[in-house]
Formats: sequence, C-alpha cells, structure tokens
Amino acid sequence: MAAGAAGPGPGSGPGDSPEGPEAEAPERRRKAHGMLKLYYGLSEGETAGRPPGSDPLDPTDLNGAHFDPEVYLDKLRRECPLAQLMDSETDMVRQIRALDSDMQTLVYENYNKFISATDTIRKMKNDFRKMEDEMDRLATNMAVITDFSARISATLQDRHERITKLAGVHALLRKLQFLFELPSCLTKCVELGAYGQAVRYQGRARAVLQQYQHLPSFRAIQDDCQVITARLAQQLRQRFREGGSGAPEQAECVELLLALGEPAEELCAEFLEHARGRLEAELRSLEAELGPSPPAPDVLEFTDHGGSGFVGGLCQVASAYQELFAAQGPAGAEKLAAFARELGGRYFALVERRLAQEQGSGDNSLLVRALDRFHRRLRAPGALLAAAGLAEAATEIVERVARERLGHHLQGLRAAFLGCLTDVRQALAAPRLAGKEGPGLAELLANVASSILSHIKASLAAVHLFTAKEVSFSNKPYFRGEFCSQGVREGLIVGFIRSMCQTAQSFCDSPGEKGGATPPALLLLLSRLCLDYETATISYILTLTDEQFLVQDQSPVTPVSALCAEARETARRLLTHYVKVQGLVISQMLRKSVETRDWLSTLEPRNVRAVMKRVVEDTTAIDVQVGLLYEEGVRKAQSSDSSKRTFSVYSSSRQQGRYAPSYTPSAPMDTNLLSNIQKLFSERIDVFSPVEFNKVSVLTGIIKISLKTLLECVRLRTFGRFGLQQVQVDCHFLQLYLWRFVADEELVHLLLDEVVASAALRCPDPVPMEPSVVEVICERG
Amino acid sequence: MAFNPVFCLKLSSWARALTPQTAETDAIRFLVGTQSLKYDNQIHIIDFDDENNIINKNVLLHQVGEIWHISTSPADRGVLATCYNKPSDSKVLTCAAVWRMPKELEPGSHESPDDSSSTAHSLELLCHLDDTAHGSTACVTWEPTGDGKKVISLADNHILLWDLQESSGQAVLASSASLEGKGQLKFTSGRWSPHHAGTQVATASDTTVRGWDTRSMSQIYCIENAHGQLVRDLDFNPNKQYYLASCGDDCKVKFWDTRNVTEPVKTLEEHSHWVWSIRYNHSHDQLVLTGSSDSRVILSNMVSISSEPFGHLVDDDDLSDQEERRPEEKSQEPPRDGVIATYEEHEDSVYAADWSSADPWLFASLSYDGRLVINRVPRALKYHILL
Repeated sequence: MAAGAAGPGPGSGPGDSPEGPEAEAPERRRKAHGMLKLYYGLSEGETAGRPPGSDPLDPTDLNGAHFDPEVYLDKLRRECPLAQLMDSETDMVRQIRALDSDMQTLVYENYNKFISATDTIRKMKNDFRKMEDEMDRLATNMAVITDFSARISATLQDRHERITKLAGVHALLRKLQFLFELPSCLTKCVELGAYGQAVRYQGRARAVLQQYQHLPSFRAIQDDCQVITARLAQQLRQRFREGGSGAPEQAECVELLLALGEPAEELCAEFLEHARGRLEAELRSLEAELGPSPPAPDVLEFTDHGGSGFVGGLCQVASAYQELFAAQGPAGAEKLAAFARELGGRYFALVERRLAQEQGSGDNSLLVRALDRFHRRLRAPGALLAAAGLAEAATEIVERVARERLGHHLQGLRAAFLGCLTDVRQALAAPRLAGKEGPGLAELLANVASSILSHIKASLAAVHLFTAKEVSFSNKPYFRGEFCSQGVREGLIVGFIRSMCQTAQSFCDSPGEKGGATPPALLLLLSRLCLDYETATISYILTLTDEQFLVQDQSPVTPVSALCAEARETARRLLTHYVKVQGLVISQMLRKSVETRDWLSTLEPRNVRAVMKRVVEDTTAIDVQVGLLYEEGVRKAQSSDSSKRTFSVYSSSRQQGRYAPSYTPSAPMDTNLLSNIQKLFSERIDVFSPVEFNKVSVLTGIIKISLKTLLECVRLRTFGRFGLQQVQVDCHFLQLYLWRFVADEELVHLLLDEVVASAALRCPDPVPMEPSVVEVICERG
Repeated sequence: MAFNPVFCLKLSSWARALTPQTAETDAIRFLVGTQSLKYDNQIHIIDFDDENNIINKNVLLHQVGEIWHISTSPADRGVLATCYNKPSDSKVLTCAAVWRMPKELEPGSHESPDDSSSTAHSLELLCHLDDTAHGSTACVTWEPTGDGKKVISLADNHILLWDLQESSGQAVLASSASLEGKGQLKFTSGRWSPHHAGTQVATASDTTVRGWDTRSMSQIYCIENAHGQLVRDLDFNPNKQYYLASCGDDCKVKFWDTRNVTEPVKTLEEHSHWVWSIRYNHSHDQLVLTGSSDSRVILSNMVSISSEPFGHLVDDDDLSDQEERRPEEKSQEPPRDGVIATYEEHEDSVYAADWSSADPWLFASLSYDGRLVINRVPRALKYHILL
C-alpha cells in the first residue's frame, strides 16, 4: 500500500472507502503529504488534518506504516460478523486489483522516459571526455602566444620611445612656426578684416611670447605682434567709433577689444556713450513724432515705435553690456542702471507727453492696447535691469494713465448728465403742441435715465479694458485692488452719483429763486430721477460694478445705503424746492391781486376774480405735471359734501367770538372761542415743510404756501364791505376746486377760514354776503 | 427744547407793533400798539418786574387810528412815534406822528398796579410827520445816538429826514430823497445805523436793501436781490459797523457785510414762513432774534460773525479769581452757530420781536392775535457768554 501511495499517478490513491472516492480525495492527498513529511523527518504531530483518534502506530491501519496483516486479520476475524468479513474480502480484492492495474499503467507510461534518460546520460559522458582534450590543447597554445607577445614588446620598446619624442618635437616646431608666422598672419588677417581671427591668434600667442620675451628672436616677434595688435586695436576702435554699424557689431568690436586687453573701464564708458548716441537718436525720432504741429500718429503706433526702437535698443545695449562687462562687477552694473534710468526717464517723459495728448480722446481700447504694449515691452529691460526700476516706472505710468482715464470718464459722465439736462431744458422750453405736453415729461425722464445709464455702462466697459486678463499689467496689485475699488467704484461710479446729486441740489440753491431760472418741471424730473436712483438704480449700478470689477481690495467703500440716503435727500430737497417755486408762482399771483386792488371802493362782487380761476387752472396744471411722475399718495378720508361747504360760518357765532375782541380785558374769554382756537391750532401748519414723494403731498405743499400768502396779504389791507364779500366769493371758489388736490381738506378749510376771517377783521364794516349768493356766483363763474 | 416763557400776556386786541422803550435803561418796558378798525386803538405800556415776576400794564389811548409801527425816542423816555392808519371811507392812508406820554406814566411815578388798565390816558401830540405829498408812511426810525431830534420816516418811495423842534411843536423836513425805478417801489422797513456818527440809514424795499448817507441823502450801497422775495426787516449789528442782518419772505435770514454786497456772509433758513422781524441783541451781538409768520420766535447764536467770535475775552488783570474756573471753561465746547431755542408759545403770526433795552437777556415777541410773550435767554448760554 505504501508503494501505491507513493505512486505519482492519479490512480495510485487506494480508496479505503470505495463508496465515495470524490469525498475521499482531500483525505488521500493529506495522507500522501503525511507520508512525505514522514519521509523528511517531520513529526507526525505537525501534520494537520489527520483524522483525530487514528493512531499512526496502529497496526490495524491499512495505510499506516506499522501495518501488520496478521493483527489486522485477527482483528477482522474477531470483531466482524461473517457478512462483513465477506464484504471486506471482496473489497480488499477489488482494491488490490485496482492497485495492480494502476501500477501497470505507471510502468508503461514511464518506461520510454527512463530509456531516453539513460541514453542521454551515456552520450553526455562521452562528449565530456572529448572536451577535456580540447581544453588542454587550448591551454598550451595560449602559453605560447603569451611568450611571443612578451618578446615582441621587448623588442619594440626602444623604438616607441623615440617616436614619442619625435612627435613632441614636431608639435613644438609647429608652435614655433605659428609664432614665426604670426606677424604676417596677423597682418593678413587685419588686411582681410578678419579681426576675430586675428584677435584669437594674438590671444593664443600672447602668453607664450610673454613668457619667452627674454629670447631675442621671440622678442622680435612679440614686438612685431604688438605693433600689429596696436594697429588692430586702432582699427577696431575706428570701427567702433564710426558707430554706423549696429549694436551687435559694436558689441563684437568691444568684445575683441576686451580680448586685446584694452582697459574695460574706458571701453565701458565709450560703449555706453555710443549706445546713448543711438538711443538718443531714437528718442529724437520719437519726439519728432510727438511734434507740436503735425498730427501725431495714433498712440498705438507711437508706443510700437518706442517699444521696438528705443526699448529694443536699450535691451540690446543692456544685454550686450552685461555680457561684455560682466567682470566689472556691481560698479559696472550700477553704471548701466544709471544709464538706463536716465534714458528711460526721458523715454517715459516722451511717452507721458504722448499719453497726455490722448487724454481727450474717447477711445479706450486703443489706449489700453498701447499701454499694454508699452508695459509689455518694458518688461524685458525691466527684468534685465532690475536696479534701474524701469518696470516699476512703467507700471506707475500705466497706473497714472488709468487714474487719469477714470477722471476723464468721470468728467465725461458729468458732461453727459449736464447734456441730458440741457436737452431736457430745451425740450421743456420748446413750444409745446397741444396735447403733447402730457406724455412728454415721463418720456423725458425715461430718456434721461436710460441715457445716463447707458453712459455709465459705456464708461464701465471702457474702464474694464484696463483689467482685462490679456492685458499685461492687469495683474499688478493696483489694478487688482485699488483700481477696482477706489478708482472705479469710488472714484467713478460713486463720484458720479455724488456729483449728480450735487448738480441736482445746486438747482435748489441757485440764486434765481425769483425768476425761476430752473424750469420747475426740470426740478420735478430731477427729483423723480433721484428717487428712482434711490430705489433701484444705485444698487443696480453698484452691483454691476462689483460684478464687473471683482473687488478684492479691503479698503472701505461707500455703502449703498449711504448713497441711497444721499439720493433720497437730494430728491426730497428738489421736490421741496419744486413746491416752493410753484408755490411762489401762485403766491405772486395772489399777492399782486390783493395788493394792487383798491379794496375799499370796490363794487359788489358779481364774479369770481379771474386770478382765482387762474390759480385753480395753474394748480390743475401742476397736478397733471406732478401726476406724470409721482404716485397719487394718500389723503385723509373726506366727506362727500366737502365741495358744498360755504362760508356761511363766518357770519355765525364763531366769527363773532374770535374776531370781535372786546376791550374789557377782565371779561372772561369765551370758552367757545378758546376751544375754537385750540382746535384751529391743534396742529401747527408748517407752511414750507418738507414734502413726501407723492402727488398729494406736493400739491398740499403748494396750496399751503399759496393760501398762507393770501392770508398774510389780506391782513395787510383794509377792506370795504364789498371787498370782504369779494374775498368771501374768491375763497369759496378756491374751496370748491382746491380741496381735491390736498391730503387733508381740513387744511384748505382752515386756511381759507383764516383768510376770510382776517378779511372780515380788516373790514370796518363787515357785512358778509349771503352764503347762497356766494354759491350762486361761484357756480356761475 | 421747550422753554417756559417768563411771562405770557394776552392783549385781547390785534397787534403788530412792538418796541422797547429805548431810552429806559433801568426798567424792562415794552410798548405795544394795537390794531383795530372798529374800536379805539391803544398803546399798551408793559412793565415787567424782573425780580417779582410781575407785569404792570398801562394803557394809552391812540384815537387817531390803528397802529402799524411804533418806535421810541432814544433820548427822551416819554417820546414815541407811531405810524397809523387814518380811517377814511374811500382811502387808506398811513400817517406818522410823534407823541409824548403823560408824565405820570413815566417810570418812577408808579400808578397803583391793580387798576391800571381801567384808567386810560391820552397821548399828547408833539407833531405830525406828515406830508400828504409823500404817501403812506411805513416806518419811523430815530437817530440812535443823537438827542432825539432827528427822525427818518419812510413814506412810499420817499425817505424823509425830519428835524423835531419841540419848542414850536413842529417837525421840519430837513432833507429827503426818493427812490426812482420801475413799478411801484415802496419802502417796507428801515433802520438807522448806530455807527458812523449816525450818518447811515439802511432801508428795505421789495427785494433790495439800500444804504443812505443822511448828510447828502444819497445812496451808499445797494444789495440787489438781497432776498428772493420781499425784504421784511433789517437791523444793524450794534458792535460791528459794517454788519447788517436782513430777513424776508423767502424764510431766510441773511447777514451782510456792507462792504461786499454781492454775497451774504451767512444765511439761516430756520423759519418755515416769512420772517417779519430781526433784531440783534444790543450788547451781545451773537444773539439774534427773529419772528416769523410761522408763529415761531427763534433765538440764534451767530458766534462766528459776531464781535466776540472766540467768546468773551478775559482780562489778564483779574485772573486771580478766575483761575479756578478756567479748566471748566476749556472743557466746554466753543459755541457754534445755530439755533439756540425756538419759542412756540404763539398761535398766530409773529410780526414783531425785540430785546429789552434794560436787560440784555430779556426779549418780547408779539403775535397778531395780541399775545405778548416775554422770554429770557437760556441761563446756560448766558453764563457761557459772560464767563
């Protein structure tokens, strides 16, 4: 069984449980492992997976190493019944048979391999023997070769040394020949103009000649060379000074001269002098372009010229200088920096003059492109000559120009605003066609608003070019921060809104209070404009600005609310001024009508005076005008019969009480009168009070001013009986028409009551008219 | 801020005219002229006893007509001038006359205060300042420093200088000038400057303020369009000879330097209706009193253009007792220009407001409905100015 178990074939595993060979497979493999381990001396205990309980030393174990057939048989015979014995017997037989066949198969299969292996081994043995012989022969041959070789080198040793010496002599001779030929060679080179070659030769020979100058022959050569070299240097200098040649050639000359050992200090000064001459020529040509009379080429072209001509030249000079005079150290660099600073300064002055000419123009894109180019061109020399501070100066110029542009745009916006105002004035002053007056105002407002907004947007767009990504200076800290926040947002937008408010406010303070230099409609329109700004436009514009110019600067900016408050205040002042102006117009009318009439000898009233009709007409016109721009507003609840009210009240007890004071001071005041007075003045009427942003409030203000004027004028006059009656009629008429315009009709009542009462007081013979008659007259009028 | 009035008095008659008794420097005394078409007009003499807070009122009858303007002689306590409307059927004419009070009403001869109003005294007419050729008189102003013999009256567009001759009971027209121009020019108000040896008078007509030399009766300066609308009143700074204040229908109060008439030195816009009256305090010219038809009286502090722009200058000699107060003083903020107080006791238009001639911290204001209010400068400010 052990043999079967050791067999490599698949069939070698004896299945002790024939019923399930598949299930037994892992068991079998383990057994095989176990045997291998046993073979290699590993302890049985280490083998895992052995079925527990099965003793390896069990003599009854069919697969065990200590299997004893006798014991096994005995055990079987003793323990098993006959049937089981029979079974085990057949089983055993079957197993044996299977093992036999397995063994046979194995032998068959491996037989050929054994045979061929044997053959191979035999052949190998044979070949090895032959190889050994060959190797022996090779070793002897090699020994012979070594021997020969040693002998040959021994014989050649002598000759080799001689050849080496000869080669050395040859080289020396050639050098000597070169030295002897040097003068003529140099002369030829100089004649041919191959200065470079000549300088190279000279450089090579110089050290040797220096070393051996104590030898007469060498000294002669050296003298010759020096003469030639001097001539060469002369010529080079000549060439250098002639200057006509370009910077690279000059640089070459300088390089050669330096190689010839000319003093660097002097050369460097001379070099810079030449460069200066050239660059100055460039500057002159630029200046000529600037020239006062001929129209300068556009700014882009100018900066291009400057960039390629001057800046390019400067770059070349700087790089050549740095290459040539690197040995000069910081002193040389300083010299160059000073040179660049000076010329750069002059260049900048020219550029600034040119840019200043550009201030007036409106085209930003061209300017920005020119600035971009200018700035870009200066980056190279800036990097080359950090000490000269050219790049910084250029950035500064760009910044300055940007600032100036902002100022220019602010001016432009202001001018545009003023232009709008002029347009509005003209539109208002133009003779109006019938019926066309109405929509005009709202339209004008819309026009002004949109025109200003478009101007602002245009300015923003124009200014935005400065911060465009592709522009070389847009990533400078100024353009990223301060330009956006302080320049554009604060300077341009906030500045404009402020100046707009100021301009608008200046209309309130204008000296022409009397003549009304500012048309009232303009005041109204501006007020509405400012109010619109307060409610929407300011925040819109600022949001737009903030979006376009991503403000990263942390510096404080004017908050929207402050601007809005300003605009609102302006709107309020304008509207208040409008009320004043319009009130004044009506006041003047009323005042003239009261002052110029002879109230004592007037006739019995038949009509409402024309001036009152005019007042009502004007008020209606103002109502329409204001209605175009402002909302209605709220009024106090009104009684439906307010227009029916008449001035009969003045003939009643109230007037008696209030306006007929007795001269007995001790007499107690009429309580009725007191309460009347209390009521009358419970709310003090602020005549010129600030108004709210609605139509009713505006109209209330105007009417208040007018009626208060009427009151004060009436108090200055003395009335006859009919004069009083006329006032009564007029006031009733006003009452009929004015109540609808005001927020609190009680106010109109109060003021008109006062007027009539005052007139009654100023009348030595106060006989009021019958209310019915007053009504009839008013209705007729 | 609310200030309790020192005293409030209801005259039970309509009134426009108020003046302090200029020649009186001891007692606080105001004269008020009433305005009534139907009843006899009176002049109320209001004496205010500062210590006891008592008002003493005397009444003088002024039967010739309603009083539009009243002014007192700076030299004689008993002499006053009024402008009054003569009642007539078809025409209203304002005349002016100079009167003398009865002797017993002059201070020193105290009537029994309890029954003063029942006895009405009459005025003694000194002379008329009338010249029918010149039209209605708007205003009479006395030479401030003189002996009370010179008076200027403004009648329509004429400016008339009168010489009072008490002996003969006549006023002699010394010289006159008139305003020429388009339209109906009328003087509304005038003041006689206390400076320049009494040779300057300023007048207001329409929107213009004019200065006159009384010697030649010629115009010295002219402030065109001093106000947007009618100029109602003006007053001279008592301490600065070129400074002039004016007020008008544009609700503004303006301060002028008469050497430069193109621009006002300062403008105030505190009232909400026409400003009818403006008066400098007689001794502390930073205090300016204005009355307006918005029924308010406003006391303003115009330190920056006063004669004491840096506060009262302390004499170096008497530092000894003031040294302790110094630090206190410094801690206080220097007063700035602006409104000190707004007095709202009136219920009708205030047409006149004036300082007392005796007490520089006291002033009176009069509204149309006859209410006379006497007020005092706020104590804190008073001390600030004094110390």
